[in-house]
Amino acid sequence: MKKRLAGWRRRLVDVYEKIDRTWFEHLRKLRHRLTHNRVIFIRPTKLVLCNRLAIPLTNKKRRSITGYAFIMLWIVGFAIFALYPLFNTLYLSFFKVRMDGALLDLEFVGIANYQAVFLSDPYFVEILVGYILETLINVPVVITFALLIALLINQNVKGKGLWRTIFFLPVVITSGPVIAELMDQGATTLPALSDYRFVDVVVGNVGGFLATPLQALFDQILLILWFAGIQILIFLAGLQKIDKEIYEASKIDGAGPWASFWKITLPSLMPLIMVAVVYTVVSMSVFSLNEVIVYIRNIMLGESTPALTTGYGYSATLAWVFFIVMSLIILLFLGLLRIRKGRERA
Amino acid sequence: MKRLKDMPKRIGKRIKKAFLRPVRYVHGIAVLVRKKEFEEAKSRLRRTLLGMSFTDGLLFKMLIYALLVSLAYVYLYPVLYMVTNSFMTMSDIINVAVRWIPSSLNWENYRLVWEEMNYPKALRDAFILAALPAISATVSSAIVGYGFARYDFPLKRTLFVLMLMTFIIPPQITMMPTFRMYANYGLLGTIRAFVYPAILGQGLNAAIFILIFYSFFKMVPVSLEESAKLDGAGPFKIFTRIALPLAVPAIIIVFLFSFVWYYNETYLSGLFLRGSEMSTLPLLLEQYILNYTSIYPEGSTARELMQAVKLAGNVLTLLPLLILYFFTQRYFVESIDRTGITGE
Repeated sequence: MKKRLAGWRRRLVDVYEKIDRTWFEHLRKLRHRLTHNRVIFIRPTKLVLCNRLAIPLTNKKRRSITGYAFIMLWIVGFAIFALYPLFNTLYLSFFKVRMDGALLDLEFVGIANYQAVFLSDPYFVEILVGYILETLINVPVVITFALLIALLINQNVKGKGLWRTIFFLPVVITSGPVIAELMDQGATTLPALSDYRFVDVVVGNVGGFLATPLQALFDQILLILWFAGIQILIFLAGLQKIDKEIYEASKIDGAGPWASFWKITLPSLMPLIMVAVVYTVVSMSVFSLNEVIVYIRNIMLGESTPALTTGYGYSATLAWVFFIVMSLIILLFLGLLRIRKGRERA
Repeated sequence: MKRLKDMPKRIGKRIKKAFLRPVRYVHGIAVLVRKKEFEEAKSRLRRTLLGMSFTDGLLFKMLIYALLVSLAYVYLYPVLYMVTNSFMTMSDIINVAVRWIPSSLNWENYRLVWEEMNYPKALRDAFILAALPAISATVSSAIVGYGFARYDFPLKRTLFVLMLMTFIIPPQITMMPTFRMYANYGLLGTIRAFVYPAILGQGLNAAIFILIFYSFFKMVPVSLEESAKLDGAGPFKIFTRIALPLAVPAIIIVFLFSFVWYYNETYLSGLFLRGSEMSTLPLLLEQYILNYTSIYPEGSTARELMQAVKLAGNVLTLLPLLILYFFTQRYFVESIDRTGITGE
């Protein structure tokens, strides 16, 4: 097996070097063209712009030019696929847009679209509130379980690799239609939960406001736990970085496992919990079964029934509202964690 | 020991009592010896059960394994459900007694889906649709990550933060202008709609990949590259000849993740590939299920019976990824260490 792997590796290296010799030769020529032309001409000691302006090049300047050359791909992509669409959407959200073939027929309506979101749209606010509540409830659940599983695996257990493999499996196989199908058939809820009427008791005893998201939480408990894959790995990596000596020192000072978890483990994981929270909120929000984004897409494509929506411009508004709400949720979570941290320090 | 054994039975009963509860008044010397042994046994038992500090005892171990096994069951439940139910025949589904193990391995469901989805062609399309953007994303994020890791330039911090911020921009907000842009340039329904953003470092979750390469190149010692520089290699040559071959683990991780995420992605591909010949497997599955649900009305028996077939479709969609994961799970599991978010 190892021998075969080595053979494969050598073959891969061969192919790579071939590409390196042929394709990259073209790339090198291209780069030469880009750096030795009339507009920009780079000489070892100076940079000539438009055959006129000569800027002396220090070593530092040359290095920063090279650096920019490396990230140029990303800057261009950022401008085309992130910055432009972002502001274009913001711009369109102030207009009533009619598609006229490839052209857009714009009519300025000010903040009417934003008013429509909250005043006249019969569905969106309801869906959005549902999304907010579900996120606020589900994210702590995911984080808690991820932390719990990470702590369990981090104990001295046999077959760490196997456990990690099992708990990371959902990340690999989570895709919208598959999940939709599993949900449809009731495979995302634990039979034990409903068999013993546990859910009914819990849901029945909270106020009507929380009942729906809680019901949803129990109906999809497995699906929600499936969101915890990457977070488990994040916490595991963090746990392994904590210095063992700190635990030993605390043990000598008489701290039990319970105390050392709250006083050592949790504080050292705090930055990672923040990362995990951001990741969880984002991945839940952009998941293709999220009702909000399904609704936005349907409006954009004109597949939704209500005639009051103004299509393109309106869906742009919805997207921005959604983006702002999502950022607020992230900020809220981070703020809560900050407060905790501050109190501990004091 | 010996004296105790030779004792008559009547007294034996009292001695037994002493074993359970050593009380001083029972039997003079014998009881004192017993008591000591009893104490030792008790502490030994306690040590094996609870350990020196509870966390290394047997009881704790058992608790941990019990928790792990039950959580693993919870995690695997949908997968198990999917696989077993996909083999069930119609009678198995109706039969309440058959819950986990189907009465026979029934390949009929798979045959149906296989033909309906035209599986071999669909699989090839899905692989191309996932692999090409994944390769582009890997190449671009390696270049960008290297640029961020190795060079200092003005505004570097700002750009880096912006790069990380792109992670939280939901695709819904950027997709409309992008969709129109693609429509204008005739890119809709082609694979280029996915490759172009990927090659420009804006693919699916590109921020994470750039971060992985960034921290990987940060860990590689600069001295290697400096010696290459002394030998007269330019920055580009240093990158392709020295940095990239060292970054093979990072390349594999990024490619695998990117592949899996593109394979499972349905939101954007559903949008950009509408009405085109190409389609990903999850999309085909969605279409297939939609067709069936529109043919059979809600609550009809025929629809109930389609359950197993739909699950077979699910399994066929996930199978390539499961196989891939089986062989490469090491890289997936190691990935987070490579991002360097734990702080080096």
